[in-house]
Amino acid sequence: MINRSLKTLSQMLAEKQISSVELTQTFLNRIDALNPIINAYIALDKEKTLAQAKAADARIAAGNAEPLTGIPIAQKDIFCAKGWQTTCGSKMLANFIAPYDAHVITQFDAVGAVNLGKTNMDEFAMGSSNETSYFGGVKNPWDFTRVPGGSSGGSAAAVAARLCAAATGTDTGGSIRQPASLCGFTGLKPTYGVVSRYGMIAFASSLDQAGPMAKSAEDCALMMNVMAGFDARDSTSLNREKEDYARNLNKPLQGLKIGLPKEFFAEGLDAGVAAVIETAIAEYKKLGAEIVEISLPNTGLSIPVYYVLAPAEASSNLSRYDGVRYGHRAEQYTDLMDMYCKSRAEGFGAEVKRRILIGTYVLSAGYYDAYYLKAQQIRRLIVQDFVEAFKQCDVIMGPAAPSTAFKAGEKVDDPVAMYLQDIYTISTNLAGLPGMSVPAGFSTGGDGKALPVGLQIIGNYFDEARMLNVAHQYQQVTDWHTRMPDLAAEGLA
Amino acid sequence: MALSTEDIKKIAHLARIEVSDSDAASTLTKLTGILGLIEQMQAVDTAGIVPMSHSQDVVQRLRDDVVTKTNQREEFQKIAPVLGNGSTELAVDHGLYLVPKVIE
Repeated sequence: MINRSLKTLSQMLAEKQISSVELTQTFLNRIDALNPIINAYIALDKEKTLAQAKAADARIAAGNAEPLTGIPIAQKDIFCAKGWQTTCGSKMLANFIAPYDAHVITQFDAVGAVNLGKTNMDEFAMGSSNETSYFGGVKNPWDFTRVPGGSSGGSAAAVAARLCAAATGTDTGGSIRQPASLCGFTGLKPTYGVVSRYGMIAFASSLDQAGPMAKSAEDCALMMNVMAGFDARDSTSLNREKEDYARNLNKPLQGLKIGLPKEFFAEGLDAGVAAVIETAIAEYKKLGAEIVEISLPNTGLSIPVYYVLAPAEASSNLSRYDGVRYGHRAEQYTDLMDMYCKSRAEGFGAEVKRRILIGTYVLSAGYYDAYYLKAQQIRRLIVQDFVEAFKQCDVIMGPAAPSTAFKAGEKVDDPVAMYLQDIYTISTNLAGLPGMSVPAGFSTGGDGKALPVGLQIIGNYFDEARMLNVAHQYQQVTDWHTRMPDLAAEGLA
Repeated sequence: MALSTEDIKKIAHLARIEVSDSDAASTLTKLTGILGLIEQMQAVDTAGIVPMSHSQDVVQRLRDDVVTKTNQREEFQKIAPVLGNGSTELAVDHGLYLVPKVIE
């Protein structure tokens, strides 16, 4: 049951082979057994969850079900859900009960999907290993000594360990694609503006974008059909015609032009990962695709640019946490200034504070031009690289992450090493382009453990349906996406 | 330019985050590393390039000037922080939020 695709589960629900309550309970039981070790979920509310499942069963019985009615979905704890604890992985919001729903939550509620719980994440989505979460790290289901990636690490582990049917994530610099690569499943970051950011706790508003994390491209397409759409409450939401993201899944790939940026295969890429990606590309050739070598010359600059722009936006966004109206307030303070400074010092973790300080610095008088303006100028160069590249190809492929999952603790004390995890993903956020990670095989590290590797597919603006087609066709001839970690080997399940 | 612990304290004050002397020292090391990474940008000639604040050059949408939200003050004040300084009450009173006195 836990391995079934969303389409199959939907059919089984429609044909009354199983009820949503039974399906939901199956996942809740699995969460009870495994979450104490994996730590994928921060908050569960079984009463609310089962009430939604019951309502979904009634809706199915009444004959007005949608494809995801009754399907249990894990929600990243960055989405406000009314009445649910919504922490964004921070002590600052540890006691925050959201008074309203994010647009994404409203969309899932509207189709009668079941909210299974809120998943763990790096604090305010700042991290690539889930280790900055106030609620503790998350174990990679493929190897408990390793990280699941981040920032959507809880959703990633939940999908990989089959603790949900599918999950939501957000991606500011790679936070859907890098964990999808490290945990071996399919994740999609849509074009900026396709999914509303309303009620999604802000990190870097010009880069943040929500997307699906699921077992296959087809599942991601069904999730996108629910998540995408115009919402007037997000000023950057794009008013486009509604589209069916599954419409192109079955198109053949004959004649598809795949661009391979040489910068994605240069120094810094793990040899085992490179070998997996090359094999995947060879598979695409067999499917009739044509390979074109392209160049994205400013790829290396995407990390410096990101670590100016994202902290700058974060320092502004996170100024709202002042201990006055909600969130953490220091227990002891003297005057108003002391209350602000202590509340923020206590409420934020080390990485969040570092990024606020960087952002404050690059925006401060005398440094604005040298850092912030300069970064915005180079951002345009990065976008132009993609515009040129897409004149030569339909999609771009490469690795999603430079290595397989690394050991917990390995990079915690070295922020710069951690930041390099997003070398292949950040440029698409800066450009606002859609990107995916698709399971493409395994690489065996020094200790002999086989760890998943993700193939990244980058599309042109609004080309999600084509990317999902490209991923789906690969998933028809490979079975990497069906592999799941052997939790019995870890003494579980 | 190289930062000092004094700079860290100044920036932290601008960001309204209290830092102890030992925190400032360890923060300095990490921030210096990150700024070293950022410094790579300076090698790029960006003369004449228009800064990009947003990935797509879209125009800000305007909405009709009509009321769309209702007052939910009581709902929102239920999640107010605890007052602190010995009190376990919520930091609200008669619909207002309580903060230390700012005007003498």
